[in-house]
Amino acid sequence: MILQLLASTLRVSTPLIFAALGGMFSERSGVINIALEGLMLIGAFGAAVGAYVTHSPWLGSAAGMSAGLLLAALYGLFVIRWRANQIVAGTAINMLALGLTPFLCKILYDVTGQTPAIPLADRFQAAPLYLSWIMVALCWLWLKYTRGGLWVSFAGEHPEALDAAGIRVNRVRWAAVLASGALAGMGGASLSVFLASSFSRNMTAGRGFIALAALIFGKWKPLPTALACLLFGFAEAVQIRLQGVSLWGGKPIPVQFIQILPYLVTILVLAGFVGRSRPPKALGTPFLRA
Amino acid sequence: MIRKLLQPILAVVLGLALGLGVTWLAGENPLHVFIILAKGAFGSSYDFGMTLFYSTPLIFTGLSVAVAFHAGLFNIGAEGQLTLGALAAAAVGAVWPGLWSPLAPVVAGLAALLAGVLWGAIPGWLRARRGSHEVINTIMLNFVAAGLASYVALYLLKNPASQNPETRPIGTSYLIHQFAIFGGAPVSLALSLALLAAILVWVFLWRTVLGFELRAVGQSESAARAAGIDPGRIRIIAMCLAGGLAGLVGVGEVLGNAGKFRVGFSPEYGFIGIAVALLGRNHPAGVVVAALLFGALHKGAAALDLETERVTQELSLVLQALILLSVSADGLWSWLSRRAPKPIEAQA
Repeated sequence: MILQLLASTLRVSTPLIFAALGGMFSERSGVINIALEGLMLIGAFGAAVGAYVTHSPWLGSAAGMSAGLLLAALYGLFVIRWRANQIVAGTAINMLALGLTPFLCKILYDVTGQTPAIPLADRFQAAPLYLSWIMVALCWLWLKYTRGGLWVSFAGEHPEALDAAGIRVNRVRWAAVLASGALAGMGGASLSVFLASSFSRNMTAGRGFIALAALIFGKWKPLPTALACLLFGFAEAVQIRLQGVSLWGGKPIPVQFIQILPYLVTILVLAGFVGRSRPPKALGTPFLRA
Repeated sequence: MIRKLLQPILAVVLGLALGLGVTWLAGENPLHVFIILAKGAFGSSYDFGMTLFYSTPLIFTGLSVAVAFHAGLFNIGAEGQLTLGALAAAAVGAVWPGLWSPLAPVVAGLAALLAGVLWGAIPGWLRARRGSHEVINTIMLNFVAAGLASYVALYLLKNPASQNPETRPIGTSYLIHQFAIFGGAPVSLALSLALLAAILVWVFLWRTVLGFELRAVGQSESAARAAGIDPGRIRIIAMCLAGGLAGLVGVGEVLGNAGKFRVGFSPEYGFIGIAVALLGRNHPAGVVVAALLFGALHKGAAALDLETERVTQELSLVLQALILLSVSADGLWSWLSRRAPKPIEAQA
C-alpha cells in the first residue's frame, strides 16, 4: 500500500518536474511563464500523435517537445520581440492551446475528444521518470557551474550588468523561453505517452499551474522545485487512491480538500507565512537596451 | 482618439484573419466559416439572444479586470470569483427556498456580490500587506474556488434528482425576469444589471475622489503616495470591487438561467474577461462592445460542429486567443507612447 503510493507519487510527479524545470529556465531569465499549461497541453497532443504514427515513444516525445518549442517561440516572439505583457500573452497562449488541440484532433482523426489509443508496446514504461530526475541534476549543475547558467541568472536578476558584460540579454531570454517550451512539451509527453495512452481534451487539467506553484514553492531552484513537485504529486496520488473509498459511516472522503492543498500552500509560501519565496528581480520586465 | 479606436479594431481584424486562415489550412472555405459564425450569432432573435446571454458575464468579468487594471493590478482571478459568486447565489436559493419574491433575488444577488468581494479581497490584502503578487495568488485561488465549489455541489447541497455535479434547485421566487423578445433565449435582467454596472464603474472611476485615487495609484504609486494616498488601501478596495463585479456573473447564470449552480458552467468567462478588458481599452463602454464581440464569437462558433466538415466550435477559443495576442502587442505600443517623456498634461 505505502510502496504503491510512493510509486504512484513518482509517476504522477514526472510531468510536473519536466514542466517546472521548463518554467524555471524562463522565469530565472526574467520571463514570466504562466503559459506552461498551454505548452504542456500542446506537447501532450504532439507526443500522442507522434507516438501513434511512428510507433515509438521516443519519436513521439520529440514531436511533443517540438510542439512545445514552436508554441514557446510564438510566446517569445510576442513577449521578447514585441514586449507584449507577459501575463496577457501567457493567458492567450493557454487559450490557444486549449482551442487548437481539439481543432487539430478533429482534422486528423475526425473526433474532438481524444486521439486514438497508443498500444502498450509503443508507450513508455518508466523512462521519463528516470529522465526527469537526470534532468533535475543536469539543470542544477548547468545553472551552478556553467557560464550559460550564470547568464540566465543574470538576465533575470541584473540584466543591465549582463548587457554591460557584452551579452545580449534578449538572446539569453530567447534560449531560456525555447528551452521552457521543449521541457514543458516533454512534461506533456509524459502525460499522454507515459501516464495515459492517448491525448484527451484539456488533459493537463491545471498541471501547468501546479508546476508553476511548485516552482514558486521551490524558490526557483532545481532540487527544491523537484521536491515540491514530489509533494504535489503525492497529494495527487493520495487523491487518486482515496477516490471512491469510503470512510466511517460509508461516506466518501471529499478529495477536493487534498486537491486544493498545493494551491493553498503556494499562497502561504509566497506571502511569507511559511518560509519565504522571492522571485528573480527582473521577472516580468522586458529588457530594452538604453 | 481615432488611433485609440483604430488599434483594437485592427487587432480584431488581424486575429479573425489569422483564425480564419487556420480554417483555410484545415480545408474549409474561410468565407463560409465566417458566414456561419455571423449567422450563428445574429441570424435570428433567438441567436442574438444567446449572443447577449454569453456577453452578459463577459461584461462583468471585463469590468472586473478593467477596474483592477486601473489600480495597476492584474486580476487573473475573475474565474474563481465568479465561481464562488454563482455558488453563493445558488446556496442562498437552495437553503431558503421560501423567501418572498421581490426580496429573494436581491438577497441572492447580494450573496453573489459579497462572495466575489471576499474572494477578491484575499489577493488584494496579500498584495497590499504581504507584498505577494496578485497574479500568482489569483491563479491559485481559482483552483481553490473550483475545489470548494465542487465540494459543495457534490456533498453539501447535492442535487438528488440529477447525475450531474450541481446543487439542488433554488426556490422559484428567486428566478428573475427573462425578456420575451428573444425567442426563449435566457436573456434576463442580469443584462440590464451588467449595463448598469458599466455605467457605475465609469462614474466611479472618472467622477469620484476614490476612483481618481485608484487611477492615481495605477499610474504612479510614488506620486500617489506623495499625494497622501495609501496605495495598499486602494489596492484592497480595487480587488474587492473587481471580485464583486465578477461575482455578479452568478446573477445571470443562477437566477436568470440555470436555477442552480452547475460545476463547470463557465466556458472560461474569467479568462476571456482579460481579453475583453484589453480589447475595450479598460473603458466601460469599450468593455461592453468587446463583450458583445466575444459573446458573438462564442455563440456563432457553436454551429460550426454541425455546419462544417472539419471545423469545430473550439475555433472560438482560437479566435479569442489570436485577438488577445494581437491586442496584447498593441496594448504595449500605447503603453510605450504614454511612457514616452512628454509634458505633463491634465488628466482626461
